[in-house]
Amino acid sequence: MELMLGNEAVARGAWEAGVRVCTAYPGTPSTEITENIAKYEDVYCEWSPNEKVALEVAIGASMGGARAMCCMKHVGVNVAADPLFTAAYTGVNGGLVLVVADDPGMHSSQNEQDSRFYARSAHIPMLEPSDSAECYAMIQRAFDLSEAYDTPVMLRLVTRIAHARSLVEKGERAALELRPYVKDAKKYVMMPGNAKGRHVAVEARERRLRADLPSLGLAHAEWNGTQLGVVCSGSAYNYVKEALPEASVLKLDMVYPLDEEAIRAFSSKVERLVVVEELEPFFEDAIKAMGIPCSGKDKTGLQSELFARKLSTLFAGAENPGPMETPDIPQRPPVLCPGCPHRAVFYCLHKLGLTVAADIGCYTLGALPPLSAVDSVVCMGASIGMAMGLEKARGAEFAKHTVAVIGDSTFVHSGITGLVNVVYNRSNATIVVVDNSTTGMTGHQPNPTTGFGVRGEIAPQLHLEKLCEAIGVPSVRVVDPFDLSALEQALREETAKDCASVIIARRPCALLVKTKTKPLYVDKDACIRCGLCMRLGCPALIKDADGVRVDASLCTGCGLCQKLCPKHALKGGE
Amino acid sequence: MDALNIVIVGVGGQGTLLASRVLGNIAQSLGHDVKVSEVHGMSQRGGSVITYVRMGKKVYAPLVEQKGADYVLAFEELEALRALPYLKEGGAMIVNTQQILPLPVILGGAEYPQGILSTLAQRAKLLAVDALPLAREAGNEKAVNTVLLGVLAGLLPLDKELWLSALQHTVPSRFIQANMAAFELGYQHKF
Repeated sequence: MELMLGNEAVARGAWEAGVRVCTAYPGTPSTEITENIAKYEDVYCEWSPNEKVALEVAIGASMGGARAMCCMKHVGVNVAADPLFTAAYTGVNGGLVLVVADDPGMHSSQNEQDSRFYARSAHIPMLEPSDSAECYAMIQRAFDLSEAYDTPVMLRLVTRIAHARSLVEKGERAALELRPYVKDAKKYVMMPGNAKGRHVAVEARERRLRADLPSLGLAHAEWNGTQLGVVCSGSAYNYVKEALPEASVLKLDMVYPLDEEAIRAFSSKVERLVVVEELEPFFEDAIKAMGIPCSGKDKTGLQSELFARKLSTLFAGAENPGPMETPDIPQRPPVLCPGCPHRAVFYCLHKLGLTVAADIGCYTLGALPPLSAVDSVVCMGASIGMAMGLEKARGAEFAKHTVAVIGDSTFVHSGITGLVNVVYNRSNATIVVVDNSTTGMTGHQPNPTTGFGVRGEIAPQLHLEKLCEAIGVPSVRVVDPFDLSALEQALREETAKDCASVIIARRPCALLVKTKTKPLYVDKDACIRCGLCMRLGCPALIKDADGVRVDASLCTGCGLCQKLCPKHALKGGE
Repeated sequence: MDALNIVIVGVGGQGTLLASRVLGNIAQSLGHDVKVSEVHGMSQRGGSVITYVRMGKKVYAPLVEQKGADYVLAFEELEALRALPYLKEGGAMIVNTQQILPLPVILGGAEYPQGILSTLAQRAKLLAVDALPLAREAGNEKAVNTVLLGVLAGLLPLDKELWLSALQHTVPSRFIQANMAAFELGYQHKF
């Protein structure tokens, strides 16, 4: 037995299931699936530019006869939804599994949408594990079902499954041949005439699956008393077992389509039927539509994660206990790291008082005080379109005080088309690409700007300046964000122009810089306590009774604060 | 030892994950079921981080809840205070006496609470240790987590051999010597 992260167990199970191709875009809490499968050299593995491309590569691999897996976080499915809905029509050749990791409670996400609705609206079967052993087993089951029913299959995780370690018994990799590839236009060319035929096939397949469900063993009744019966799946199952030990439980491994026969049989034997699920009333609505009285969401609500105490309180008739009591002490929000090049950019943007449409990544933290430089963050790539929308709403003069800020990985993910639009539809937008040439927030996965692939192998490096020029951006310049005066000048000049412009603020992530610079210190005699350096919000600069001091254990010696200090009171470095 | 719930808290970047992996290994040696729940992503950037370790005959929920922890291992004082509600009545708190100022304090908008250790001592069995010098003495500043594990090992009714073997299985070989020494310093530490 091995203690494995849920994500690691998915990777192991997929490998044993003979997966040949794995594609993904990093996103918490899904990232470690791909990082782990990359350790198996006999799997083709890639970080794709975005989830749509990732899924398309996986669909092609499946059509080519290989078992293929594609991994993403919940919001990634929005990006991949276009190929997903039609892959449901084409079906598969080699098994095709999309692993999606939802984030109830938004530990590291911008919303808490519920991926189960994708399964229902695309008519794709979905499985949901409740621990690592089930992650391992269900991913294998997903590949088998995919081939048996000629359909993509989704495996849904949530943060507390993906990022929890529990015990897994490993096996060996199955020796699977590549399935033959046969040209089949009626199945794979989805123009209307063929798609109409495939839509019929989708319905027929789902009917067959529903009819087979009772024999597939994907709904488990665990009997205790008959007073209370609980329907649940995945993480909710764990909390139910903990909090309501007297209840009987129907655990659904397949969350779509539902095993109606199992639900009817279970509900008929209990006095009161309750559905416990995180986020939306997905099961509850479906069970009510079957004409079976039940409840659940009236108590558990739509928001955030469940936990055992919440369930034991709610079902004992008490009020929602809410989050745990916390002592009234200072919060410790995440911060840009000491030495982070993004800090310089947000310092300048704040100083110039610009309106900033920002994007998804570490640099979202530029919204927090004291930088407080960010006006909006919506989704991957949104910054560019939103800056342009602000201009179209409020005019060219407003555009001269507005910028979009987007990281290199996010720009490649879904900022490029926004930039094409800026040029094509004659916006004067100024776009700052904060380029550290890595995907920082999720743990430094390489991307097309990095020059390395998923296994650290050398890869062609996307040249951002040339790309922007090719798109037709009239003004493209590169600055070192630690050259504060050059950065400020670039921002002033480019926002003033009556044309679109891109400023590439390029410097490596501070966590990846290996050469160590000595920490700085404050010359207390020179320091006039003006507080200018404190505007950087650097965790290594600490305000105390005697002015400012440097925490030498945190300071990277980046020297940004030295550049601000009018009295050169910050000394050392080099 | 039938069931054990441990909460490990610290500041993103302090390396709280090794301790949870060692504890996971011990649970396995005891033939227990075990779950370890971690935090990845945004809060790792210098924010509060929390890891839950639960072991027993069968473990369902991955989280330790209010008043559910037998032990809290805290890598930092303020985070120890924040984690106090997790501790069971009669539970013990092992605290590294390092203080890392959070941004609201750094900016002067909030004050780092005074007298955290005495507050903790009033409400819990407190074992406070300045682990950084001990880790240094052992040969690796990063071995603070192993010092704290050594302290925990001194409290639990388990064979010391079990701990040493868990360290052997979890710590990369080039760091094992320093971590063994750090564990011993924690184990022998007098309170």
